[in-house]
Amino acid sequence: MAENTNSNEVNPYQKRKNKLEMQKQLITFALMILFTIIAFVIVATGMMQKMFVIPVLLILAIIQVAFQFYYFMHMKDKGHDMPALMIYGGIWAALLTLAGLGVITWW
Amino acid sequence: MSIAATQKRGFGAVLWDYLTTVDHKKIAHLYLFGGGFFFILGGLEAMIIRIQLIKPENDFVSAGLYNEILTMHGTTMIFLAAMPLLLGLMNAAMPLQIGARDVAFPFLNSLGFWLFLFGGLILNCSWLLGGAPDAGWTSYAPLSTTSPGHGVDFYVLGLQISGAGTLIGGINFLVTIINMRAPGMTYMRMPLFSWTTFITSILILFAFPALTIGLFLLMFDRLFGSAFFDVGLGGNSIIWEHLFWIFGHPEVYILILPAFGLFSDIFSTFAKKRLFGYTAMVFATILIAFLGFMVWAHHMFTVGLGPVANSIFAIATMAIAVPTGIKIFNWLATLWGGSITINSAMLWALGFIPTFTIGGMTGVMVASVVADYQYHDTYFVVAHFHYVIVGGTVFGILAGLHYWWPKLFGRILNEKLGKIAFWIFFTGFHLTFFIQHFLGLMGMPRRYWVFLEDQGLDTGNLISTIGAFLMAIGVIIFFYNVVYTAVKGEKAPDDPWDGRTLEWATASPPAHYNFKQTPLVRGLDALWVEKTEGKGKMTPAEPLGDIHMPNGSILPFMMSFGLFIAGFGFIYQVNYTWAYIPLFVGMGILLGSMLIRSLKDDHGYHITKEELEREAD
Repeated sequence: MAENTNSNEVNPYQKRKNKLEMQKQLITFALMILFTIIAFVIVATGMMQKMFVIPVLLILAIIQVAFQFYYFMHMKDKGHDMPALMIYGGIWAALLTLAGLGVITWW
Repeated sequence: MSIAATQKRGFGAVLWDYLTTVDHKKIAHLYLFGGGFFFILGGLEAMIIRIQLIKPENDFVSAGLYNEILTMHGTTMIFLAAMPLLLGLMNAAMPLQIGARDVAFPFLNSLGFWLFLFGGLILNCSWLLGGAPDAGWTSYAPLSTTSPGHGVDFYVLGLQISGAGTLIGGINFLVTIINMRAPGMTYMRMPLFSWTTFITSILILFAFPALTIGLFLLMFDRLFGSAFFDVGLGGNSIIWEHLFWIFGHPEVYILILPAFGLFSDIFSTFAKKRLFGYTAMVFATILIAFLGFMVWAHHMFTVGLGPVANSIFAIATMAIAVPTGIKIFNWLATLWGGSITINSAMLWALGFIPTFTIGGMTGVMVASVVADYQYHDTYFVVAHFHYVIVGGTVFGILAGLHYWWPKLFGRILNEKLGKIAFWIFFTGFHLTFFIQHFLGLMGMPRRYWVFLEDQGLDTGNLISTIGAFLMAIGVIIFFYNVVYTAVKGEKAPDDPWDGRTLEWATASPPAHYNFKQTPLVRGLDALWVEKTEGKGKMTPAEPLGDIHMPNGSILPFMMSFGLFIAGFGFIYQVNYTWAYIPLFVGMGILLGSMLIRSLKDDHGYHITKEELEREAD
């Protein structure tokens, strides 16, 4: 803040950071599109058995959700501890519930 | 502003002020009035229950009416009395304790209150419109799906609307505590009541959606012909029980944790000691919340979940006794060697320890699966949960009211009346519920409207009813105290209890902007730190400047009113086509108000520096 107040130039460090950030966004975006295509292809061609398709789709979905949260919604950046805590807390509560109901039903 | 506040205003102006207020202190008043009103209703219902059970085969009320009264007593006390009263105390104290000027979303705060109030009104309108809900406060399917008339529909709509209000309130408190703590107020310097408000809000956030879903499913089954709980059409009635208790068990921690927090503050204030084991208290609270989500099936041991599931839930339940025990011992250690003042607030707090410990002990008893097969649906369970909810939450609310009355209304509740009310209520409470343990063990089932004579239940029930009358007298004395104090109570100084936390650094009652300058917090028990260093008041963290305040709004009231009208439309569209009129009109009012809120820019107003300087300190 103190130095360079008269200039509109973004400092080179910030500029490089922005560029890297943009790269990351594009890479994750491309990966997510790719995952979506893979998911559709697997189902459309019927190349896998049902036993495999469902876990594969679930894993792809979980990775996409993680990309969404961490890259597009900036959870990887600083100052997102509380939202992260709340999200994981919510996931934990939901998993517990599902695990409990699962145990009750099948054990 | 403050000049206007000191002038006498007409009734209309005051009413309009409260209808449109977004100030957390006034919303606290509203919650207390609303919760107090429903507390009286629930109390009357309790008295009718006890009068009906005063002697064998009594016919004070009919069987059907008894079911309705019993259902409404439970529902009203949990959702419309205990929770709003706690939310009121949270609203009153939490922003002051963390050094904030208001909650994060003042508009939503107001919306939360009005949704609760109109939800409660819908529920109670059922008395006048052909019968109240009669399927128990738990409304188990298929009893609730097959209950004739519209009673259970009122339950569904009323709780759905007031539940939305609670959820909004919970999220609001979360954001407030995360973002609006004063400079230096780190998480581990927050007073315990603010901590428990925080944890309670997390529980609300994660538990209430389960209730919302359950109520929606029930609503669709009853009003729109679906069959989620109808076994005959491939549904499963046990799903309701799971959904209800996935919400319901965290709910009992929502009721008790705020009480734990305010007892912690009261003990350390009146023992003149730092809370013993502050860190352990915080982590015990977190642990209770954490475990609270994995114990719901202990309400369903007799459903037939199987021995493995039952054992897991039994052990998880017993584990909760550990953090709770940590808390009890920490309170005792806080009192140990303290310079103790015993006044009304402290009496309620001291009365809480043995009472709640008895409730906790019977809690571990019912957590044992094999024993629970004996206790289930008997008066033993009734005694257990009244010991924890009355002994914990109600004692807590009354302690909190005595403690914070100076901050709430600028007056001190009469000590003498307060002590009399405590002793009568305390005696009455134990008289009513202690004997119910034994009635339960002797086999008296809960929810029955009569019992037969000469089965050893006569004397116990008579004693229980006498106790209930003593409790009623205690409550009446408390309400008399409230009126007495309002008329001729002494004006409270800013810090009547020689307090330790930030709320006692404000005026009694606080200015509508709370703190002229945001205080700088230098340790746990922020005000006490300053007192021990001889200063006695907070160091400001900022220069005096303009304060940005939100404008009041009637929209929260209108939105809730819209839902209130639409609720009747939803209920009656089953029988009458005209019911679509209130349905659409109500939803129109709701959506119209939301549209106005979205389109109209409201930037609030500023209290200027000059105005603040003019006010004397």
